[in-house]
Amino acid sequence: MNTGIVSYGAYVPRYRIKPDEIGRVWGVDGAAMGKGLMISQKSVPSPDEDTVTIAVAAARDMMDRVPGVDPKDVGAVYVGSESHPYAVKPTSSIVAEAIGATPAMTAADLEFACKAGTAGLQACLGLVGSGMIRYGVAIGADTSQGAPGDALEYSAAAGGAAYLIGKEGVIAEINKTLSFTTDTPDFWRREGMMYPVHGGRFSGQPAYFRHITSAAKMMLEAMGTKPEDYNHAVFHQPNGKFPTRVAKQLGFAPEQISRGLLTPQIGNCYSGAVPLGLAHVLDAAQPGERIFVVSYGSGAGSDAFDITVTDAMKDYRRGNAPMLDSLLADPLYIDYAIYAKYKDIIKMPEE
Amino acid sequence: MAMVVAREWREIPGRYNLIGTKCGCCGRIFFPSRAFCPDCRRASIGKMEEFPLNRRGRIYSYTVIHGSEGFNARMTPYAVAMVLNDDGVMLEAQLVDVDLSKIEIGMRVRAVLRKLDEDGDAGVIHYGFKFVPDE
Amino acid sequence: MREVAVIGAGSTKFGELWDKSFRALGIEAGAKALSDANLGGREVDALYIGNMSAGRFINQQHIDALIADYTGFANKHVPATRIEAGGASGGVAFRQGVMAVASGMHDVVVVGAAEKETDMDDSSISEVLSATADAEWEAGMGLTMPSLYAMLGRRMVHEGLCTREEIAACAVNSHHHGTKNPDAQFRSEITVDTILKAEPVAEPLTVFDGAPISDGACAVILCPLDKAKEYTDTYAKVSAAEQASDTLAMFQRRSSITFEATKVAARRAYETAGINPSDIDVAEVHDEQTVGGIMALQDLGLYPVGKAGRAFLDGDTYFDAGRIAVNTDGGLKAKGYPIGATGVSQIVEIFKQLTNQAEDRQVKDARYGLAQSVGGTGSAVTVSILEAI
Repeated sequence: MNTGIVSYGAYVPRYRIKPDEIGRVWGVDGAAMGKGLMISQKSVPSPDEDTVTIAVAAARDMMDRVPGVDPKDVGAVYVGSESHPYAVKPTSSIVAEAIGATPAMTAADLEFACKAGTAGLQACLGLVGSGMIRYGVAIGADTSQGAPGDALEYSAAAGGAAYLIGKEGVIAEINKTLSFTTDTPDFWRREGMMYPVHGGRFSGQPAYFRHITSAAKMMLEAMGTKPEDYNHAVFHQPNGKFPTRVAKQLGFAPEQISRGLLTPQIGNCYSGAVPLGLAHVLDAAQPGERIFVVSYGSGAGSDAFDITVTDAMKDYRRGNAPMLDSLLADPLYIDYAIYAKYKDIIKMPEE
Repeated sequence: MAMVVAREWREIPGRYNLIGTKCGCCGRIFFPSRAFCPDCRRASIGKMEEFPLNRRGRIYSYTVIHGSEGFNARMTPYAVAMVLNDDGVMLEAQLVDVDLSKIEIGMRVRAVLRKLDEDGDAGVIHYGFKFVPDE
Repeated sequence: MREVAVIGAGSTKFGELWDKSFRALGIEAGAKALSDANLGGREVDALYIGNMSAGRFINQQHIDALIADYTGFANKHVPATRIEAGGASGGVAFRQGVMAVASGMHDVVVVGAAEKETDMDDSSISEVLSATADAEWEAGMGLTMPSLYAMLGRRMVHEGLCTREEIAACAVNSHHHGTKNPDAQFRSEITVDTILKAEPVAEPLTVFDGAPISDGACAVILCPLDKAKEYTDTYAKVSAAEQASDTLAMFQRRSSITFEATKVAARRAYETAGINPSDIDVAEVHDEQTVGGIMALQDLGLYPVGKAGRAFLDGDTYFDAGRIAVNTDGGLKAKGYPIGATGVSQIVEIFKQLTNQAEDRQVKDARYGLAQSVGGTGSAVTVSILEAI
């Protein structure tokens, strides 16, 4: 029996802000900025939301869809994020407690910029595939930070998705995974710093494009496949523009990436971006469909996955939790003043 | 500080997962957990079973709080509600991610995990349940 | 058990008493009460002191010793006991004093009660008050005392038991009486419209639905009824001093639009006093929030469910309306709410009414007076009845 996805869940905060509203504050043509980035709005977490609460929301939906799986059979929980609420003290142990998986299990937080979520998927595949654990949970979730006034502020959003990896009741088999990794400092955040710093245009060609195309080509070669063999392709999506362009470079058609491209609606969810895109594909996936996934994390690396939806998808209780489209259907729009309050940009009295 | 940590930590089952207790004698469900049933008293000792409460319910009453200090200052104004859950147990918690002008008695809600408070910038973060609309 | 009398009473002015310390307030109230009872002080056998939170408000625990010391009773080594029951601290202290005299253990007892709040900042004060609800499952979840009452009020309106205007009218009544009490913090009238349009605190309640932050102290002197005449001609009989408990958290009750503890304590009190609710001439009720005033009139059986709000709105509760006069000293809302002191403050007012010392707000021919003191959201309630002699 092959290893793969047994269940999944996704979560995006309900609040939204639009680029023109952000631009209004900084004297920038926000609408044009949004158009350039191909982002019409971004999600904003409530002040009481963080990577932990987003990960828990996604993980609980994931578990609700497999009522037959005993949470005590989850042997590992990995949460990938670059916005873990604690510098020291795991997010993953909180998530594990909240889904009832503790205590006979392992847990750890992962960080690899925007690909820590898919790194968790790979770790779970290894542990499940080797028989060390029965089920593993991999989550990518972030409450992304973009400095006020910085270009990143127009895209940095919040959201995440959780995946239950196992060998029983697999709804989407992971046929293969591989990675392409180098030391490329295109985006970073030093310990104790509030906002990340990016290398500007350097984060494009030598970073995002090189790593994604390299991993993608390695995968196509290893599987002996061509882009047209896949129903869907999901690429890391820091904005709408980059994944559209990288898809074109690799020879994927726009309709192959449209389902898995959520950033235009919700912004860049960093570690949650590819997991959310894949979740949106799975929300409508039919048995037999093949999905190509390549994540990207600055610093830099890409994880590629070749996935086939199985017949088990027919019996899967997808409806036990809301689909992403319904989660995204009724947002609450906020202006920059409320945004500033929610993002803790306003200096409050000391306690 | 250390005392605060332990005090919150020992309530995690209730705070995260709405784990209450059910009296093995009369079947009454309690939240938070109780060591014995105030109705059955001694007969219930040793017969109180752990009971995970249903996360869904209806608003029995609610209010919107204006003006708050500390962690909730950024939540202000925020709603709190009495919720009769689908097991028939009354609960109280915040009601978030909601248009404050559209809250109604009888509205369906479900419990999610959110930040309740934090011990300043350096201290521990307290997580627990709050309600969100479930329509 | 012996019958007990109140033979003296005293209250400081309530309000933001910046120039008075906790101990100064305690001394002032005690001295007034002793003087009212024509006592020098050597007669006193025991002190009971109601206080909610000196430990947090002024960082002073052990206030029983502090008060005994500064009132001069420590010299004589008179036993002093501090009692805490949230907002009902004063009410419970009074009951403890009554029990001490009734049992024969003590003859002359001083029941004092004091709270000094303004040595702390406003938001911390609210936090301390909210700690009288369940600290882990109410306050810790972001609920506040006004929000708990607001939810009760909203539900009562939803069920058609009162209107928002009737709830506000409870404060109109208290303010009206506050104009006639020189010790009151607020001595001005207020209208329903002003209350409704004020800054919201916990919707639908506004800042004027709630009792203020106050400093203040009160004291009453108790002795056996058959010895009262040895000290004074103005005294009243304690016909009942009852108390009942309920769950700490409001949400754990089976009913949420009534304080069962009020009902039970009232039933016991009427039984002990051998009277009916209709015999009451004047009542002091715990209007920490206006909603509480409405609930009290219903739970005490003074008005049928659904009729209490109307009574406030129609002014039937005024001291001179010829019905049951309510909160003639201004209540918690207008006289002020020095939390632990209020239960004894209510007894002071009932004593004055029954001994014809209430001056501008004197209820004519008052024979029975009742005081209801509430801790938390009805987790502890005392109902006391005094009778004119």
